[in-house]
Amino acid sequence: MALPTYASPLEKVWHYTYLVICGLIFIFLIAPILVVIPLSFNAEPYFTFTEKMLTFDPEGYSLRWYDTLLTLGHPAAETPRDSTWWALAWENSTWIQAAKNSFWVGLWATILATTLGTIAALGLSRPEMPGRRLIMALLISPMIVPIIIIAVGMSFFYAQACIPPDTALGSVAGLFLSNKGCLVNSHLGVIIAHAVLGIPFVIITVTATLSGFDQSLIRAAHSLGANPRVTFFKVVMPLILPGIISGALFAFVTSFDEVVAVLFIAGPEQQTIPRQMFNGIREAISPAILAVATILVIVSVLLLATVELLRRRSERLRGVTPR
Amino acid sequence: MSEAATTAMLTTADGRPLKEALATAQARARRKAFLLVLPLLLFVLLTFLIPIGYMLKRSVEHDGFSASAPELDAWFAANPGFDYANPPEAAYAALVKDLARMQVEKSTGIAGTRINYTVPGSISLFKGGARAAKDLVPPYKEALLAVDAAWGEPRLWRGMESASSKYTTEFYKVASDRKLTDDGWAQGGDKERIYLYLFFKTFLVSGIITVICLLLAFPIAHLLAVLPMSKSSLLMIMVLLPFWTSLLVRTTSWIALLQEQGILNNLLVWMGIISDDSRLPMMYNMTGTIVAMTHVLLPFMVLPLYSVMRVIPPSYARAARSLGATSWTTFRRVYLPQTLPGIAAGSLLVFILAVGYYITPALVGGADGQLISNLISFHMSKSNWSLAAALAAMLLAAILLLYWLYDRLIGIDRLKLG
Repeated sequence: MALPTYASPLEKVWHYTYLVICGLIFIFLIAPILVVIPLSFNAEPYFTFTEKMLTFDPEGYSLRWYDTLLTLGHPAAETPRDSTWWALAWENSTWIQAAKNSFWVGLWATILATTLGTIAALGLSRPEMPGRRLIMALLISPMIVPIIIIAVGMSFFYAQACIPPDTALGSVAGLFLSNKGCLVNSHLGVIIAHAVLGIPFVIITVTATLSGFDQSLIRAAHSLGANPRVTFFKVVMPLILPGIISGALFAFVTSFDEVVAVLFIAGPEQQTIPRQMFNGIREAISPAILAVATILVIVSVLLLATVELLRRRSERLRGVTPR
Repeated sequence: MSEAATTAMLTTADGRPLKEALATAQARARRKAFLLVLPLLLFVLLTFLIPIGYMLKRSVEHDGFSASAPELDAWFAANPGFDYANPPEAAYAALVKDLARMQVEKSTGIAGTRINYTVPGSISLFKGGARAAKDLVPPYKEALLAVDAAWGEPRLWRGMESASSKYTTEFYKVASDRKLTDDGWAQGGDKERIYLYLFFKTFLVSGIITVICLLLAFPIAHLLAVLPMSKSSLLMIMVLLPFWTSLLVRTTSWIALLQEQGILNNLLVWMGIISDDSRLPMMYNMTGTIVAMTHVLLPFMVLPLYSVMRVIPPSYARAARSLGATSWTTFRRVYLPQTLPGIAAGSLLVFILAVGYYITPALVGGADGQLISNLISFHMSKSNWSLAAALAAMLLAAILLLYWLYDRLIGIDRLKLG
């Protein structure tokens, strides 16, 4: 952004002031995220930089908080670290269990939201769709309605949505439900709640991709003899795939980061990473949380990079010059 | 084609009128499109709309008292408009019978809790009454008043009469700070306006956060919009990274930065700006909530602003300058009006999201920085389900109004991510 040649001295001063202000705002945005990374290597149980850290004394740094992530909940933490130790950690360590839960819940919620959301987006993008605006508003609303309201509603409803485990239906459905045969305190309940929260993101990204989609391609495929299924998988799907994948990533991140619904409808069996962090921050705050935070920052950098690459690819495919 | 045009009615190859054939085809296309959306609509209906509807039902329904006091229910139904200040002996007789029944069925707590919403202190009153009930002898009025004089209070009788029906609007009255007095419902005193005050505070704080977000987002969105692509995509990552980073991670970092022994306070002490014993309380109060929420919501303001600013042609500003406008006038009269759609979209989105925020205030707000969502959560944890539902319904109404406004002004299909 070059200054025009006719700028007055005052304008030049303002221009550089403006750049400095922008720089400060960018620091405000990014510094809080970066600051957790060095702090997580703190050798002391403090939430701030120690003197040794500031003088770059190696003694001030350690990996002990990353170690805590493995040893917390480990039945034999002090024994030598052979394959048995690692197997025990994988099965028992609190944070690893939470990570596993988060992953599976996120995966199933994403599959549910992406499948239903993509099919619906295909319908919503058709010009003939009746009541488009109203339906769109309804499907986006889980993003707008405060999560606490959704969580309260679901916790009331899930406690009632039960199939007694001693009935024929209940013995089958009970596999997915809690011990009492209810949606509350069950993995399925959390998955459904997270799928609902992920749906708006899938709808938004996929309809956005479809808005640049040339509908005559479908007619061309039909005229060349392709049936609807072949048309979808060979023509439509490859073109909107970037949109679907970024929608799926948004849905996954939404689930992976979600804590309020989990707090209200999940039981002790459904301990996820955000819930573990939430409790950790509320009760005994330790730098182990910073170690988790650092890992999550790295994960989010990777996800962001993926989405950016997908967006550019999508724009290239649609013939839009990358910005 | 010319042949067909000369005939009176256009027909398809199989002889049907063209208009009719078109209508059939269109109806089929509409049905097909709707069928694609149907599975998701059913899913959202079952898992989202019905739970919220159920919550709304809970906000007007509570059978804690009506189910455990059948004698009084019947008496109230038969004697509408009795003298609250001086209920007859028959009413007391029914009450004592019900109290004895509650003691047997162990439903004193739930019935007392129901009345406690409108008449504080009722839980212990009911427990005491129920314990004494089976030993009481007629005349019940004097006997019960001897146990506790509070049984004669007109507002208690008003409360019990109202609670004898399963459906009630009382929770909304309580949630809007109205109090049940001896003479009926009245506006509570200034000191008792907790709920409406918290609603007001939530909206005020959301407004402050929206304004701060706008002030911070405007310069950087402008910079991103005017920079060449190669540089702006790099800076854009700095906006998108917070967007993708876990909310709990960002909240954790703000705790590390702002707490009393935190990085910012240490820095200020080290620089000698403040002394060690006068560290600034920036966390566990409203300041902490506002700072952390501004950071969390800032990308939601930058992105809509940026998408509007990117398509504003720079030639307009140059034209204004060449016509003699100063840079300030150019900004105020030419540039700013063109960014208004972005300002409206970003501000409404940030405001809507801020009003319903829960996690950040819960973790960094302390006692002072709590918002309405936290109060709903508090009542849920205390099992005051109906009151929590009424508060949630009021919040929902406010959000839906804003959402409707957003749809009218901006259009929900123009919502974009990244």
